[in-house]
Amino acid sequence: MDMKVDKKLGLKERYALMTRDLAWETTYQPMDKVFPQVTYEGIKIHDWNAWEDPFRLTMDAYWKYQAEKERKLYAILDAFNQNNGHLSVTDARYINVLKLFLGSTPPLELMAARGFTNVGRHMVGAGPRVACLMQAVDEYRHFQTQVHSISNYNKYYNGMNEFAHQQSRMWYLSDGKSFFDDAITAGPFEFMVAIGFAFEYVLTNILFVPFISGAAYNGDMAAMTVGFSAQSDEARHMTLGLECIKFMLEQDPDNLPIVQRWIDKWTWRGTRKLASVGMMMDYMLPKRIMSFKEAWEMYFEQNGAALFNDLARYGVKVPKCFVQTVAEKEHVTHQSWIGFYMKPDSTPFHTWIPEKDELDWLSEKYPNTFDKYYRPVLEHFDAQEKSGNRFNNKTAPMNCQVCISTIKFNDPDDPMKTLIRSKTYKGEKFHFCSLHCEEIFDAEPEKYIQAYISSHQVLQGNCAPEGVDTTAPDFEPGAHIAAYWRLDKAATGDFNGSEDQANFAAWRRQATSN
Amino acid sequence: MTANAFIAFQKNEESRAIVEAIVEDNPGAIVVEQPAMVKVDVPGRLVIRRATVEDKIGRSFDLQELQIHLITISGHLDETDDEFSLSWLS
Ligand SMILES: [Fe+2]
Ligand SMILES: [Fe+2]
Ligand SMILES: [Zn+2]
Repeated sequence: MDMKVDKKLGLKERYALMTRDLAWETTYQPMDKVFPQVTYEGIKIHDWNAWEDPFRLTMDAYWKYQAEKERKLYAILDAFNQNNGHLSVTDARYINVLKLFLGSTPPLELMAARGFTNVGRHMVGAGPRVACLMQAVDEYRHFQTQVHSISNYNKYYNGMNEFAHQQSRMWYLSDGKSFFDDAITAGPFEFMVAIGFAFEYVLTNILFVPFISGAAYNGDMAAMTVGFSAQSDEARHMTLGLECIKFMLEQDPDNLPIVQRWIDKWTWRGTRKLASVGMMMDYMLPKRIMSFKEAWEMYFEQNGAALFNDLARYGVKVPKCFVQTVAEKEHVTHQSWIGFYMKPDSTPFHTWIPEKDELDWLSEKYPNTFDKYYRPVLEHFDAQEKSGNRFNNKTAPMNCQVCISTIKFNDPDDPMKTLIRSKTYKGEKFHFCSLHCEEIFDAEPEKYIQAYISSHQVLQGNCAPEGVDTTAPDFEPGAHIAAYWRLDKAATGDFNGSEDQANFAAWRRQATSN
Repeated sequence: MTANAFIAFQKNEESRAIVEAIVEDNPGAIVVEQPAMVKVDVPGRLVIRRATVEDKIGRSFDLQELQIHLITISGHLDETDDEFSLSWLS
C-alpha cells in the first residue's frame, strides 16, 4: 500500500487548508436562511471555527485509508467464503447471532448514514460538516459490508433473506428502529448527542467486545473482519460525539441544561437497546468472552465514570439513569433471552435452553441473581420441553411507548415485580418500561404518541398481507402476522430439531470425511 | 484516582509494533489481550510517538495509519505529526 504522505505541510496546516479554508460565508442568501435548523433547539453558538476535529483527518487522507480497509476486508471475505468458512464456526447455534445482528444492525447503520448526511448539511462550521460527511460515508459502508458478509451465510441457513422487509415490521426490531427514528427526527444538535455522543462514545464499546471479539472467538472470520473494518471507523465517530458535547458546553453556559437533558435521555435509550446485545454475549455465543455484566462494568461504569467526571468541569452531571443501569446489569440479559425463548413462533432465529456447563457459567458470572431467579425458570422450561410440553406464549407483547422494548424488565427495587408505569394523555392510555422513559415522554408527548408499536398495529388490522379482508366479521388479527412478517417457519422456534442444525452437522461431516 | 485513558487495536503485525511503542513510552501501561484484539490502558494520559513506532516497525510511519487498526479509544484526543495522545483532565 502507498503510505507516502506529503511532508511539506504539517498535519495542522493541512487540516486548516483542506477543511476550514474550503468553507465560505454565503452572500446571495443570509447564513441563517441557508442553515435554518441550528437555532430552534435553543443551542447558542458564537464561533463555529472553534470546532476542530482532533484527528485532523482531511478528505484525501480519508479516501486513502478507507480504500485500504475495503481492500483488506474483501480479500478476507473472499478467502473465507472460498474455504466454506461457515462450517468453521464453533457450533451452528452461533449463526443465530448473525440473524439477530442482520435484522437489528445494518438497517440502523443505514439510518445513521442518513442522519449524518442530514446533520452534515445543517451544521454551519466546516469542521463538523466534514467530520459528519466522513461518518455518513462510513455508516453507509458499514451497512453494505455487513450485508455482504452475511449474504454468504444466507445461502445455507434459514431466517436471513427477509431482514429488510422485517426491519420496520417485526415486534422485536422496533426498539432499535425507534431509537434512530427518534434521533433523526430531532434537531441536528440532539442527533449529535443521541448518536455521536451517547451511542458512539458512551455505549458502542459494549458492542465491540461481544461482536468482534466474540465472532473471532467463535471462528467466524467473516463477521470478525467486517466488525474490525467497521470499528476502525468508530474511534473517529466517538471523537466527533465528544467534540460536539465539548463544543456546545464551551460556546455558551445556556447550553448546559439542554445538553444535560439530551444526555440523560439518550444514555437511557441506548441502555435499553443494549439489553439484546448483552443477551448475545451471555446466551448466544457458544464460546463466551466475558459476561455482559463484566463488559458493562468495564466499559460503562468505569469508562463512563471517567468521562462524566471529566465533563463535570462544564457542570455536566452523571446521567440520571446511571444507578438503575447498575442495578439492572445482573437481570436484563436473562429476562431478554427468556422473553425470546417464550415466543417460538415469532422470530426468524432459533432459541434454546443453555447446556448444563453453560448454565454453570451463568451461575458463576451472576452469583447474585442467576441461581435465585433465572436458572429455575430455564430448568423448568427445559423439563417442559423434554416432556413434550414446550412453553409457547402466543400473545402479543406490551411495549413501552418510548423505547418500544417489550415490558419485561423488573422493578429496580424488586426483581420479582415487572416494572410498568402508565398514564393517560389526551384521553388515551400509554405504558412505559421505566420512570426514565416516562420522563422522556413527558418532555415531548406529541412526538411519542406517534410511535409505531407492532402489537397495536396488528390489533388495528394493519398487519395483514394483501388480499385479506380486515373488516370481515371473522377476521382474526393474529392469524396473519407470520405471513405479514414473511416469517419462514423453518427459521423459527427451537434450535434442537431445526433444519439448520441438521444441515450444519451433515455438511461438517462431509467436509471432514471422504 | 486518575481514570484510565485507553486504546484498542485489532491484533496484527503492525499493531504489535505499535503496542510495543506504547509500552515503552508510557510507564504504567497495562496491556490486555482479548480474542483478536489488544487493549492498552494508561492512567491519565496515553501517548503514541511516531519516532518510537518507526523504531519498532522498521520503516517510516504516519500516525494517521493508526486509523486502519483502531477499534476504540477513551480520553480526549490530540493528534499532530509526531504524537497521538489521549487524556482525561480529572
Ligand atoms: Fe456504524
Ligand atoms: Fe459509528
Ligand atoms: Zn422504555
